[in-house]
Amino acid sequence: MHEMTIAMNIIDIVCQKANDENAHKINSVELEIGELSGIMIDSLEFCFEAACKNTIADGAELNIHKIKAEAFCKSCNNNFNMKSNFSPCPTCNNFDFEILKGKELSIKSFNID
Amino acid sequence: MCDTCGCGQPNKAVTIRKPGEKGHSHPHHHENNHDHNHSHDHSHGRTVVVETDILAKNNLIAERNRSYFEAKNIFALNLVSSPGSGKTTILEKTIAKIKNKVICAVVEGDQQTMNDAERIDATGAAVVQVNTGTGCHLDSEMINQASKKLDLQNDSILFIENVGNLVCPALFDLGEAHKIVIISVTEGDDKPHKYPTMFSVSDLCIINKTDLLPYVDFDVEKCKEYARQVNPRIEFIELSATKGEGMEEWTNWLLDKVQKS
Repeated sequence: MHEMTIAMNIIDIVCQKANDENAHKINSVELEIGELSGIMIDSLEFCFEAACKNTIADGAELNIHKIKAEAFCKSCNNNFNMKSNFSPCPTCNNFDFEILKGKELSIKSFNID
Repeated sequence: MCDTCGCGQPNKAVTIRKPGEKGHSHPHHHENNHDHNHSHDHSHGRTVVVETDILAKNNLIAERNRSYFEAKNIFALNLVSSPGSGKTTILEKTIAKIKNKVICAVVEGDQQTMNDAERIDATGAAVVQVNTGTGCHLDSEMINQASKKLDLQNDSILFIENVGNLVCPALFDLGEAHKIVIISVTEGDDKPHKYPTMFSVSDLCIINKTDLLPYVDFDVEKCKEYARQVNPRIEFIELSATKGEGMEEWTNWLLDKVQKS
Protein backbone atom coordinates (compact mmCIF):
# COMPACT_ATOMS: atom_id res chain seq x y z
CA MET A 1 0.00 0.00 0.00
CA HIS A 2 2.54 2.61 -1.08
CA GLU A 3 -0.47 4.73 -2.17
CA MET A 4 -0.82 5.98 1.43
CA THR A 5 2.78 7.24 1.34
CA ILE A 6 2.09 8.84 -2.05
CA ALA A 7 -1.12 10.47 -0.73
CA MET A 8 0.72 11.86 2.29
CA ASN A 9 3.50 13.22 0.07
CA ILE A 10 0.85 14.99 -2.03
CA ILE A 11 -0.73 16.54 1.06
CA ASP A 12 2.65 17.62 2.47
CA ILE A 13 3.58 19.31 -0.81
CA VAL A 14 0.26 21.09 -1.43
CA CYS A 15 -0.23 22.16 2.19
CA GLN A 16 3.23 23.69 2.28
CA LYS A 17 2.72 25.50 -1.03
CA ALA A 18 -0.82 26.59 -0.03
CA ASN A 19 0.62 28.03 3.16
CA ASP A 20 3.10 30.05 1.07
CA GLU A 21 0.06 31.45 -0.77
CA ASN A 22 -1.67 32.32 2.55
CA ALA A 23 -4.55 29.99 1.72
CA HIS A 24 -6.96 28.85 4.42
CA LYS A 25 -8.51 26.04 2.43
CA ILE A 26 -7.51 23.71 -0.41
CA ASN A 27 -10.53 23.01 -2.63
CA SER A 28 -9.03 20.61 -5.12
CA VAL A 29 -5.79 19.00 -6.27
CA GLU A 30 -4.99 18.07 -9.86
CA LEU A 31 -2.58 15.18 -10.55
CA GLU A 32 -1.01 13.54 -13.58
CA ILE A 33 -0.60 9.80 -13.16
CA GLY A 34 0.95 7.69 -15.90
CA GLU A 35 -0.31 4.22 -16.71
CA LEU A 36 3.14 2.79 -15.92
CA SER A 37 3.69 4.70 -12.68
CA GLY A 38 2.83 1.70 -10.51
CA ILE A 39 -0.06 3.48 -8.80
CA MET A 40 -3.54 2.04 -8.28
CA ILE A 41 -5.79 5.02 -8.81
CA ASP A 42 -8.73 3.65 -6.77
CA SER A 43 -6.39 3.03 -3.87
CA LEU A 44 -4.83 6.49 -4.17
CA GLU A 45 -8.28 8.13 -4.14
CA PHE A 46 -9.16 6.23 -0.98
CA CYS A 47 -5.87 7.15 0.71
CA PHE A 48 -6.07 10.78 -0.38
CA GLU A 49 -9.34 11.29 1.45
CA ALA A 50 -7.81 9.88 4.63
CA ALA A 51 -4.58 11.87 4.24
CA CYS A 52 -6.53 15.15 3.95
CA LYS A 53 -8.07 14.79 7.40
CA ASN A 54 -7.06 17.44 9.92
CA THR A 55 -5.34 19.52 7.26
CA ILE A 56 -6.53 22.54 5.27
CA ALA A 57 -7.13 20.07 2.42
CA ASP A 58 -9.88 18.26 4.37
CA GLY A 59 -12.64 17.43 1.90
CA ALA A 60 -10.60 18.52 -1.13
CA GLU A 61 -11.56 17.10 -4.49
CA LEU A 62 -8.96 14.98 -6.31
CA ASN A 63 -8.79 15.28 -10.10
CA ILE A 64 -6.57 12.72 -11.77
CA HIS A 65 -5.47 12.92 -15.41
CA LYS A 66 -4.36 9.50 -16.58
CA ILE A 67 -1.46 9.62 -19.03
CA LYS A 68 -1.32 6.91 -21.69
CA ALA A 69 1.94 5.04 -22.09
CA GLU A 70 3.89 5.99 -25.18
CA ALA A 71 7.24 4.65 -26.34
CA PHE A 72 9.86 5.22 -29.03
CA CYS A 73 11.11 2.06 -30.72
CA LYS A 74 14.89 2.15 -31.14
CA SER A 75 14.80 -0.54 -33.83
CA CYS A 76 12.37 0.99 -36.32
CA ASN A 77 12.29 4.59 -35.02
CA ASN A 78 8.52 4.67 -34.57
CA ASN A 79 6.47 6.02 -31.68
CA PHE A 80 3.72 3.76 -30.42
CA ASN A 81 1.14 3.47 -27.62
CA MET A 82 2.10 0.77 -25.16
CA LYS A 83 -0.70 -1.52 -24.06
CA SER A 84 1.30 -2.75 -21.04
CA ASN A 85 4.86 -2.82 -19.64
CA PHE A 86 5.67 -5.76 -21.86
CA SER A 87 3.96 -4.97 -25.13
CA PRO A 88 6.38 -5.05 -28.09
CA CYS A 89 6.59 -2.43 -30.82
CA PRO A 90 3.55 -3.14 -33.06
CA THR A 91 5.57 -2.36 -36.21
CA CYS A 92 8.70 -4.48 -35.76
CA ASN A 93 7.77 -6.61 -32.70
CA ASN A 94 10.94 -5.55 -30.88
CA PHE A 95 11.22 -4.87 -27.15
CA ASP A 96 14.07 -2.39 -27.30
CA PHE A 97 12.25 0.89 -26.80
CA GLU A 98 12.44 4.02 -24.71
CA ILE A 99 9.39 4.98 -22.67
CA LEU A 100 8.39 8.56 -23.48
CA LYS A 101 5.21 8.91 -21.45
CA GLY A 102 3.35 6.91 -18.83
CA LYS A 103 5.61 7.13 -15.77
CA GLU A 104 4.24 10.51 -14.61
CA LEU A 105 3.56 10.94 -10.92
CA SER A 106 3.17 14.66 -10.43
CA ILE A 107 1.02 17.41 -8.99
CA LYS A 108 -0.14 19.78 -11.77
CA SER A 109 -1.98 22.37 -9.71
CA PHE A 110 -4.26 22.94 -6.77
CA ASN A 111 -7.16 25.30 -6.07
CA ILE A 112 -7.29 27.41 -2.89
CA ASP A 113 -9.40 29.94 -1.05
CA MET B 1 0.53 11.99 10.43
CA CYS B 2 0.18 8.22 10.65
CA ASP B 3 1.33 6.43 7.50
CA THR B 4 -1.18 3.63 7.90
CA CYS B 5 -4.60 5.12 8.20
CA GLY B 6 -3.88 8.82 7.72
CA CYS B 7 -5.14 9.72 11.20
CA GLY B 8 -3.69 12.73 12.97
CA GLN B 9 -1.47 10.73 15.32
CA PRO B 10 2.25 10.85 14.66
CA ASN B 11 3.77 7.94 12.77
CA LYS B 12 6.31 6.42 15.12
CA ALA B 13 6.08 2.84 13.94
CA VAL B 14 9.47 2.76 12.19
CA THR B 15 12.41 1.60 14.33
CA ILE B 16 16.06 1.46 13.26
CA ARG B 17 18.36 -0.53 15.51
CA LYS B 18 21.39 -2.79 15.75
CA PRO B 19 21.18 -6.37 17.09
CA GLY B 20 21.16 -6.33 20.89
CA GLU B 21 19.85 -2.78 21.05
CA LYS B 22 16.57 -2.32 22.92
CA GLY B 23 13.56 -1.21 20.91
CA HIS B 24 10.91 1.20 22.07
CA SER B 25 7.27 0.39 21.68
CA HIS B 26 4.96 3.06 20.40
CA PRO B 27 1.42 2.06 21.21
CA HIS B 28 -0.81 3.87 18.80
CA HIS B 29 -4.46 3.17 18.18
CA HIS B 30 -6.30 3.72 14.97
CA GLU B 31 -9.60 5.12 16.06
CA ASN B 32 -11.64 7.45 13.96
CA ASN B 33 -13.61 9.79 16.13
CA HIS B 34 -14.30 12.44 13.53
CA ASP B 35 -17.78 12.85 12.05
CA HIS B 36 -18.71 12.95 8.40
CA ASN B 37 -21.30 15.72 8.73
CA HIS B 38 -19.25 18.56 7.34
CA SER B 39 -20.38 20.33 4.20
CA HIS B 40 -18.35 20.56 1.00
CA ASP B 41 -18.89 24.01 -0.41
CA HIS B 42 -17.36 24.31 -3.85
CA SER B 43 -16.16 27.81 -4.38
CA HIS B 44 -14.07 28.61 -7.43
CA GLY B 45 -11.05 29.87 -5.48
CA ARG B 46 -7.65 30.43 -7.04
CA THR B 47 -5.63 27.84 -8.93
CA VAL B 48 -1.91 27.52 -8.26
CA VAL B 49 0.15 25.65 -10.86
CA VAL B 50 2.95 23.65 -9.25
CA GLU B 51 4.17 20.89 -11.63
CA THR B 52 5.90 19.03 -8.79
CA ASP B 53 7.04 15.42 -8.71
CA ILE B 54 5.16 13.68 -5.89
CA LEU B 55 8.25 11.68 -4.95
CA ALA B 56 10.50 14.76 -5.02
CA LYS B 57 11.32 14.55 -1.31
CA ASN B 58 12.25 10.86 -1.46
CA ASN B 59 14.28 11.44 -4.63
CA LEU B 60 16.13 14.37 -3.09
CA ILE B 61 17.20 12.36 -0.03
CA ALA B 62 18.07 9.42 -2.30
CA GLU B 63 20.41 11.68 -4.29
CA ARG B 64 21.93 12.87 -1.02
CA ASN B 65 22.53 9.22 -0.04
CA ARG B 66 23.97 8.50 -3.50
CA SER B 67 26.44 11.39 -3.22
CA TYR B 68 27.49 10.20 0.24
CA PHE B 69 28.03 6.65 -1.04
CA GLU B 70 29.99 7.90 -4.04
CA ALA B 71 32.17 10.15 -1.92
CA LYS B 72 33.11 7.23 0.32
CA ASN B 73 33.31 4.77 -2.61
CA ILE B 74 30.55 2.63 -1.12
CA PHE B 75 28.90 0.27 -3.60
CA ALA B 76 25.22 0.31 -2.50
CA LEU B 77 22.81 -2.36 -3.72
CA ASN B 78 19.06 -2.51 -3.17
CA LEU B 79 17.89 -6.14 -3.05
CA VAL B 80 14.22 -6.62 -3.83
CA SER B 81 12.07 -9.75 -4.09
CA SER B 82 8.97 -11.53 -2.84
CA PRO B 83 9.14 -12.81 0.76
CA GLY B 84 10.94 -16.16 0.95
CA SER B 85 13.03 -15.92 -2.24
CA GLY B 86 16.24 -16.31 -0.22
CA LYS B 87 17.59 -12.77 0.07
CA THR B 88 18.97 -13.21 3.59
CA THR B 89 20.54 -16.60 2.80
CA ILE B 90 22.20 -15.12 -0.31
CA LEU B 91 23.59 -12.32 1.86
CA GLU B 92 24.86 -14.68 4.57
CA LYS B 93 26.69 -16.84 2.01
CA THR B 94 27.95 -13.86 0.01
CA ILE B 95 29.39 -12.09 3.04
CA ALA B 96 31.13 -15.30 4.16
CA LYS B 97 32.73 -15.58 0.70
CA ILE B 98 33.90 -11.98 0.23
CA LYS B 99 34.44 -10.52 3.69
CA ASN B 100 38.21 -11.02 3.45
CA LYS B 101 38.30 -9.00 0.24
CA VAL B 102 35.89 -6.16 0.91
CA ILE B 103 34.13 -4.70 3.96
CA CYS B 104 30.39 -5.41 3.91
CA ALA B 105 27.55 -3.71 5.77
CA VAL B 106 23.85 -4.51 5.64
CA VAL B 107 20.56 -2.69 6.16
CA GLU B 108 17.79 -5.20 6.79
CA GLY B 109 14.23 -4.14 6.07
CA ASP B 110 11.25 -6.01 7.49
CA GLN B 111 7.92 -5.01 8.94
CA GLN B 112 8.74 -6.70 12.25
CA THR B 113 11.44 -8.69 14.12
CA MET B 114 15.24 -8.54 14.41
CA ASN B 115 15.58 -12.09 12.99
CA ASP B 116 17.34 -11.19 9.74
CA ALA B 117 19.69 -8.72 11.41
CA GLU B 118 20.69 -11.38 13.91
CA ARG B 119 21.49 -13.81 11.06
CA ILE B 120 23.67 -11.16 9.36
CA ASP B 121 25.26 -10.20 12.69
CA ALA B 122 26.49 -13.80 13.00
CA THR B 123 28.51 -13.35 9.76
CA GLY B 124 30.46 -10.50 11.37
CA ALA B 125 29.16 -7.79 9.01
CA ALA B 126 27.85 -4.52 10.46
CA VAL B 127 24.06 -4.55 10.32
CA VAL B 128 21.11 -2.34 11.17
CA GLN B 129 17.52 -3.55 11.15
CA VAL B 130 14.82 -1.19 9.93
CA ASN B 131 11.39 -2.29 11.09
CA THR B 132 8.88 -0.44 8.99
CA GLY B 133 5.94 -1.34 11.27
CA THR B 134 3.10 -1.51 8.80
CA GLY B 135 5.08 0.05 5.92
CA CYS B 136 5.58 -2.06 2.80
CA HIS B 137 8.90 -0.60 1.57
CA LEU B 138 12.07 1.18 2.65
CA ASP B 139 12.42 4.85 1.75
CA SER B 140 15.47 7.05 1.32
CA GLU B 141 15.09 8.73 4.72
CA MET B 142 15.24 5.34 6.48
CA ILE B 143 18.44 4.52 4.56
CA ASN B 144 19.87 7.92 5.44
CA GLN B 145 19.33 7.26 9.16
CA ALA B 146 20.43 3.62 8.96
CA SER B 147 23.64 4.58 7.11
CA LYS B 148 24.55 7.06 9.85
CA LYS B 149 23.98 4.38 12.48
CA LEU B 150 26.16 1.90 10.57
CA ASP B 151 29.23 4.14 10.50
CA LEU B 152 30.01 2.98 6.94
CA GLN B 153 33.63 2.44 5.92
CA ASN B 154 35.28 3.78 2.76
CA ASP B 155 35.65 1.33 -0.18
CA SER B 156 32.94 -1.03 1.08
CA ILE B 157 29.71 -2.68 -0.05
CA LEU B 158 26.34 -1.76 1.44
CA PHE B 159 23.64 -4.36 0.88
CA ILE B 160 20.13 -3.05 1.46
CA GLU B 161 17.66 -5.90 1.87
CA ASN B 162 14.30 -4.33 1.12
CA VAL B 163 10.98 -5.47 2.59
CA GLY B 164 9.81 -8.64 0.79
CA ASN B 165 7.41 -7.16 -1.74
CA LEU B 166 7.59 -6.99 -5.54
CA VAL B 167 5.35 -3.95 -5.87
CA CYS B 168 6.02 -0.92 -3.66
CA PRO B 169 9.84 -0.91 -3.36
CA ALA B 170 10.06 -0.36 -7.14
CA LEU B 171 8.95 3.25 -6.73
CA PHE B 172 11.33 4.36 -4.00
CA ASP B 173 14.89 5.25 -4.97
CA LEU B 174 17.16 4.74 -1.95
CA GLY B 175 20.35 6.11 -3.51
CA GLU B 176 21.63 2.68 -4.57
CA ALA B 177 23.95 2.00 -7.53
CA HIS B 178 21.76 -0.90 -8.68
CA LYS B 179 18.47 -2.57 -7.84
CA ILE B 180 18.80 -6.34 -7.89
CA VAL B 181 15.63 -8.39 -8.18
CA ILE B 182 15.73 -11.93 -6.80
CA ILE B 183 13.34 -14.63 -7.92
CA SER B 184 13.43 -18.23 -6.72
CA VAL B 185 12.48 -21.21 -8.88
CA THR B 186 9.74 -22.17 -6.44
CA GLU B 187 7.85 -19.09 -7.67
CA GLY B 188 6.15 -18.79 -11.06
CA ASP B 189 8.36 -18.16 -14.11
CA ASP B 190 5.84 -15.50 -15.19
CA LYS B 191 6.70 -13.20 -12.23
CA PRO B 192 8.32 -10.63 -14.59
CA HIS B 193 4.97 -10.28 -16.38
CA LYS B 194 2.98 -10.18 -13.14
CA TYR B 195 5.23 -7.54 -11.52
CA PRO B 196 6.72 -5.72 -14.53
CA THR B 197 7.56 -2.47 -12.73
CA MET B 198 10.08 -4.18 -10.46
CA PHE B 199 11.79 -5.96 -13.35
CA SER B 200 11.87 -2.79 -15.42
CA VAL B 201 13.78 -0.85 -12.75
CA SER B 202 16.29 -3.61 -11.84
CA ASP B 203 19.71 -4.02 -13.47
CA LEU B 204 20.36 -7.60 -12.40
CA CYS B 205 18.04 -10.56 -11.81
CA ILE B 206 19.26 -13.36 -9.56
CA ILE B 207 17.45 -16.65 -10.09
CA ASN B 208 17.88 -18.49 -6.78
CA LYS B 209 17.30 -22.07 -5.54
CA THR B 210 18.42 -23.60 -8.87
CA ASP B 211 19.17 -26.87 -7.01
CA LEU B 212 15.37 -27.33 -6.85
CA LEU B 213 14.88 -27.05 -10.64
CA PRO B 214 14.46 -30.83 -11.15
CA TYR B 215 11.51 -30.80 -8.75
CA VAL B 216 9.59 -27.74 -9.89
CA ASP B 217 7.80 -26.57 -12.99
CA PHE B 218 9.95 -23.45 -13.53
CA ASP B 219 11.27 -22.66 -17.02
CA VAL B 220 14.44 -20.54 -16.59
CA GLU B 221 14.59 -19.50 -20.25
CA LYS B 222 10.93 -18.48 -20.26
CA CYS B 223 11.46 -16.40 -17.10
CA LYS B 224 14.43 -14.64 -18.73
CA GLU B 225 12.46 -14.01 -21.90
CA TYR B 226 9.59 -12.46 -19.90
CA ALA B 227 12.03 -10.29 -17.94
CA ARG B 228 13.78 -9.12 -21.14
CA GLN B 229 10.42 -8.12 -22.59
CA VAL B 230 10.02 -5.70 -19.71
CA ASN B 231 13.70 -4.71 -19.56
CA PRO B 232 15.95 -5.68 -22.53
CA ARG B 233 19.11 -4.63 -20.63
CA ILE B 234 18.58 -6.78 -17.51
CA GLU B 235 21.42 -9.21 -16.64
CA PHE B 236 20.92 -12.67 -15.05
CA ILE B 237 22.81 -14.84 -12.60
CA GLU B 238 21.49 -18.29 -11.71
CA LEU B 239 22.56 -19.66 -8.36
CA SER B 240 21.76 -21.81 -5.38
CA ALA B 241 22.73 -19.97 -2.21
CA THR B 242 22.34 -23.07 -0.05
CA LYS B 243 24.28 -25.47 -2.32
CA GLY B 244 26.78 -22.94 -3.66
CA GLU B 245 26.35 -23.38 -7.45
CA GLY B 246 26.62 -20.06 -9.26
CA MET B 247 27.80 -18.19 -6.16
CA GLU B 248 31.20 -17.55 -7.72
CA GLU B 249 29.68 -15.85 -10.76
CA TRP B 250 27.71 -13.60 -8.39
CA THR B 251 30.65 -12.73 -6.12
CA ASN B 252 32.79 -12.06 -9.23
CA TRP B 253 30.07 -9.71 -10.51
CA LEU B 254 30.18 -7.89 -7.17
CA LEU B 255 33.96 -7.68 -6.83
CA ASP B 256 34.33 -6.59 -10.45
CA LYS B 257 31.91 -3.70 -9.89
CA VAL B 258 33.56 -2.72 -6.60
CA GLN B 259 36.96 -2.48 -8.28
CA LYS B 260 35.51 -0.38 -11.07
CA SER B 261 33.63 2.00 -8.77
